[in-house]
Amino acid sequence: MKQLPTLAAGVLLTFAAATAIGGTVVEALLAGYRGAGASAFDATRGKALYNGTFPGEKPSEVRQCTTCHGVDPNKPGLHPRTGKTIAPLSPGANPARLQNPDEVEKWFQRNCTWTLGRPCTPQEKGDFLTYLQGL
Amino acid sequence: MSRIRKILGTLLFFSCLSGTLLLGVQATTGNGAEKSPAGAKTTLKGVIVTEEDLLYEKECGSCHFPYQPWWLPERSWEKLMSGLQNHFGESAELTPATQQQLTGWLRNHAAEHSTIGRARGMLRSIKADATPLRITESGYFRRKHHELPRQVWQENPAVRSLARCDACHPRAELGSFNEHEVKIPGVGRWDD
Ligand code: HEC
Ligand code: HEC
Ligand code: HEC
Repeated sequence: MKQLPTLAAGVLLTFAAATAIGGTVVEALLAGYRGAGASAFDATRGKALYNGTFPGEKPSEVRQCTTCHGVDPNKPGLHPRTGKTIAPLSPGANPARLQNPDEVEKWFQRNCTWTLGRPCTPQEKGDFLTYLQGL
Repeated sequence: MSRIRKILGTLLFFSCLSGTLLLGVQATTGNGAEKSPAGAKTTLKGVIVTEEDLLYEKECGSCHFPYQPWWLPERSWEKLMSGLQNHFGESAELTPATQQQLTGWLRNHAAEHSTIGRARGMLRSIKADATPLRITESGYFRRKHHELPRQVWQENPAVRSLARCDACHPRAELGSFNEHEVKIPGVGRWDD
């Protein structure tokens, strides 16, 4: 074991921890958002964010979470520019989802910036995760 | 083919295989993958891929097919990796540590360090003072695809972009781009 590079060991540990105690990754994230000032989370607002429409760069362009993740988070999505299939976003349909806090934050950062033109607030992130958890 | 070239070719082939293997590894974690002392992962099939191969696959293969690093010169990868916040109109931002690690990996495996014929051809087609960020804009790529009418890609809803190598080259993830294997979605085999 001591021969393993830290990275590999870290990955294994994260994986083991995540599988063993399932939902607590999301619990911990939610606790963090509360600590950052968010109030009670609401799945309905999370759903509204998922289906919300935002202006793109061109007047004709509309950006949505559904642009890549599809209308139903229980089904696979498709990246419209690269054609790559994106596995379902809901943890119910795809147990590999929401297992690593760094991954969740990385994608929130990228996808909110692209879709909304700004980062999501802790409230929005918490609402969104609550929505996904309840699917 | 010299011995060393053969070895390098085999190594490269194996690292390209990591794409397919990664899926196998994930599906069987617990018994399918073991760690060797060198930090490399050995799959059931006995193929060795390094942690960094897998990291590249994960980080640069999430939005599109992970382009082989030998398609572009070092300077291109360096420039591309320093502008991930605006990566072709999207954000592919990484933590500074991961960004540095992958930049090093890409540079080490860039076209200059490859013995693959296509990498040489690619290098020759790029002007010394140019730093292309796209494989698809290189002279080499254009030469290989200039016969393709726009109807079969740009106006084809199942393709749209030539950057989607794997849409038409079924074994692109294995590093194989043989023209006799090409199949264009909705069009079929392409043999001329
Ligand atoms: C331009 C395409 C695109 C858009 C638009 C998009 N996403 Fe994503 N999203 C992705 C990709 C690609 C992934 C990673 C795919 C994977 O892990 O299989 C991802 C992953 C995620 C994850 C990570 C889940 C996990 O397992 O950790 C979350 C959360 C997420 N997206 C939320 C959103 C939200 C919220 C929006 C809208 C504000 C949105 N996405 C819009 C492409 C997009
Ligand atoms: C958030 C999604 C996303 C991630 C993550 C991402 N890319 Fe991209 N990449 C894109 C999009 C979108 C394009 C443009 C595709 C097109 O024009 O068809 C692109 C294009 C490219 C191209 C040019 C392809 C061509 O020849 O036209 C290269 C090279 C590339 N990406 C490398 C990388 C590398 C290396 C990484 C990892 C550090 C990475 N990408 C991660 C979305 C992403
Ligand atoms: C729309 C379908 C399509 C896409 C997308 C595509 N190719 Fe091709 N490619 C072809 C066809 C068709 C040929 C054969 C052309 C000919 O014979 O005139 C070819 C030929 C090639 C060749 C030469 C093969 C040989 O045997 O000499 C290479 C190398 C290649 N493609 C690489 C790529 C790479 C790398 C990408 C992505 C960056 C890509 N292609 C994307 C259709 C495509």
